[in-house]
Amino acid sequence: MLKYTEDHEWMRAEGDEIVVGITSHASEQLGDVVFIELPEEGREVAAGDEIVVIESVKAASDITAPVAGVISAVNADLADNPGAVNEDPMAAWFFRIRPAQPDAIEGFLDEDAYTALIG
Amino acid sequence: MAEELRRTGLYDLHVEQGARMVPFAGWDMPVQYPAGVMAEHLHTRAQAGLFDVSHMGQVLVVPSDGVLSSAALALESLIPADLLGLAPGRQRYGLFTDPKGGILDDLMFANRGDHFLLVVNAACADQDIAHLRSLEGVEVLPVTDRGLVALQGPEAAPVLAALIPEAADMRFMDSRSLDWRGQKMWISRSGYTGEDGFEISVPEAVLVDFATALLADDRVAPIGLGARDSLRLEAGMPLYGHDMDRGVTPAAAALGWSIPRLRRHGGARAGGFPGAQTILDELAGGASATRRGLRPEGRAPIREGVPIFPSADAAEPIGRITSGGFGPSVGGPVAMARIPAGIPDGDTVFAELRGKRLPVTVAPLPFITPSYKR
Repeated sequence: MLKYTEDHEWMRAEGDEIVVGITSHASEQLGDVVFIELPEEGREVAAGDEIVVIESVKAASDITAPVAGVISAVNADLADNPGAVNEDPMAAWFFRIRPAQPDAIEGFLDEDAYTALIG
Repeated sequence: MAEELRRTGLYDLHVEQGARMVPFAGWDMPVQYPAGVMAEHLHTRAQAGLFDVSHMGQVLVVPSDGVLSSAALALESLIPADLLGLAPGRQRYGLFTDPKGGILDDLMFANRGDHFLLVVNAACADQDIAHLRSLEGVEVLPVTDRGLVALQGPEAAPVLAALIPEAADMRFMDSRSLDWRGQKMWISRSGYTGEDGFEISVPEAVLVDFATALLADDRVAPIGLGARDSLRLEAGMPLYGHDMDRGVTPAAAALGWSIPRLRRHGGARAGGFPGAQTILDELAGGASATRRGLRPEGRAPIREGVPIFPSADAAEPIGRITSGGFGPSVGGPVAMARIPAGIPDGDTVFAELRGKRLPVTVAPLPFITPSYKR
């Protein structure tokens, strides 16, 4: 199941985890990504916490935790190859989160709603 | 309500090329094309990039008595440079200074035989024109019927020579008027990227045709303001309003080199420009802080405004980043800041980014080796 946030993150439920990245719309808006700072594995986060710093040639942006939970894994390859976010944003995941609420992903935008949002 | 943005004569061409347009100094300008800032930057260093800089102010300064030296001396009362000694067909870089010793704008000026051509920053153009009109004995004529493009990169000369063969004979900072399709192109061999290249003032009547003819060459790609900024940053070139302004003296901006000996204390035409005492005293004695290069040790870009500390735990900053970002050709972050003089190149200082002190190395400017055709 693929869901989206209004902040242009994609979320994919995998087992009891949610995998999070940014949409191709977001990566196009950001431009060439040159630096990514990821959270520590095991960190407990609240929804809305700024946990990823993403720097493009143009500006710095934050990526927030879409749901509360514990960071179970981060994509360390991105630190060495931040440009992967521009090449294939759906494959370039940032982190996996084990949500505090099992159905936390339910209320987010589906593909149609997200497409309408970026219209 | 915001004032309507002005459009250059190349606006439709930018949109056709898929540019993302942004407001810049009152103009609607391309910040990037579909290739993106990184690819545009690298293309310029590898081949040739075409920049629309028509937003910049072009101004003719004509002596009322027909004698160019009168205009030269008049301009020397505003600009601490040697205009009198500038040969016909040559261009120089200079500064408009203010009475307190700060910088009002930076500019290029060229001797075009019977008048000077000045190119000033878009955001300062109205102010500069008013300032120039305070001069006596000259006519100040803003150029309103021409666009301005820059063609930059190692292939710029062969590309331009294919359209205008005589351009190949020009040296760095030469300024000439050459024909293209029966129109006078005002060409200087200069730019804002650290690469060889040309800045070309083009009559509006052929501006689109000329830009299209350049873009038809496979070696040429259109380049937006994003890459223009990263190119000039790597080349160690200051940007007005960021690395310098009214509150920054020429010495503090590391632009003392633009003020020749004969305008300094003891020189044949010493002083005689706004802020001369302050500016020249400081050039003689040394500024307490100057613009320097910084290389962050990690990968994180360190941008304008970030404070610089002398150590990982010092309480007080010693300066702030004035320009900073990612340098695609350097392959890492680069920045400039005004920091106390006397800190040697190679020393480590610390930038405070998101609450963390990150080590940055004080580095000589430029970050790349320029390739001007001298």
